[in-house]
Amino acid sequence: MGADTRATEDTIVADKNCSKIHYIAPNIYCCGAGTAADTEMTTNMISSQIELHRLNTGRTPRVCTANRLLKQFLFRYHGYISAALVLGGVDTTGSYLYSIHPHGSTDKLPYVTMGSGSLAAMAVFEDGFKAEMEKEEAMKLVRDAIAAGIFNDLGSGSNVDLCIITKDKVEYLRPYDEANLKGVRQGNYRYKKGTTAVLKKEVVKSMFEVVKTQVKTTKPESMDTT
Amino acid sequence: MPYPSVRPKPDGNKAITLPTGPYGVTDVMVHGLQSASTTTNYSHPLEHSEKHWNENKQKMDYVMLRNTIGVHAPLKLQMEKHVALKMQRLPGLPSSNLMMDTLTGRDDMIEFEDFLGDPVNSERMGHPHVMMEKQLNIL
Repeated sequence: MGADTRATEDTIVADKNCSKIHYIAPNIYCCGAGTAADTEMTTNMISSQIELHRLNTGRTPRVCTANRLLKQFLFRYHGYISAALVLGGVDTTGSYLYSIHPHGSTDKLPYVTMGSGSLAAMAVFEDGFKAEMEKEEAMKLVRDAIAAGIFNDLGSGSNVDLCIITKDKVEYLRPYDEANLKGVRQGNYRYKKGTTAVLKKEVVKSMFEVVKTQVKTTKPESMDTT
Repeated sequence: MPYPSVRPKPDGNKAITLPTGPYGVTDVMVHGLQSASTTTNYSHPLEHSEKHWNENKQKMDYVMLRNTIGVHAPLKLQMEKHVALKMQRLPGLPSSNLMMDTLTGRDDMIEFEDFLGDPVNSERMGHPHVMMEKQLNIL
């Protein structure tokens, strides 16, 4: 799973390096597009619910459980919680990828994109996706898809984050590819030391006298137990 | 038995009941200024849906149980919930509602009410004497 790292407020970039891949369970991660607060709170809630469920059942959580919880949660709020999510993970039954829309509809697909750059990314996926790709090939494809969104869509930008979930471990590569490094200044406008000649140097000790001394005891403040 | 809708929708049959005091009008000292529009006109499209969400979900579950295994199942569950509702502390004090939480399954879920809107942090405080008088009907 991949994501860019730009958070915008209309036309202003609010955060140049935000983290859009949220943790849900050790084997389940979720990318969030839409209102940043909504995606953050939704993924936190579902992460807590999955953890509680895991403690109840004693098994590693399934991706379909997270999907069901997310879709029922978002359906309840009629789409007012604008969180468009890409949920991915590996559990005992296999690996899964779901896309969840703000009103609560979900799709289980081999490749999905969400957000403002989703069309650009989907174009790259449609062209380059093959079943049974190698890990390096898949990483490059996801990176290219996110880069297409970063360079062709104003709502996406900065770096590419990747999250690779396998049966045994999770690799959270942040950043995987810094596609937009800030430019380095080529010249220096400062004057060199010694440009202005020093004619005279005089060191004067500033005299100050003690006017008043006051000793105050500091009481520890009583605790506010309201 | 017909199922209720998945999302609670306001139906036009609801009777508007305002609290009545002496002489048939609402006692302003006890209940404050009342208007019927607050019960029907909502400030947000989701207000009605959220207010009745748990009740509607419970109704759906009862109808499903009645249709599958018979009317005894919802009746038994409703009796247990009726008993659980009676176990409350004095007015103004927070009750844990442990039995009710176990029966409704709320002890297995984390919702917004669990970390937002904690009555411990509320800005207002009820008057304990007035609340006790109201509960004992000696007001």
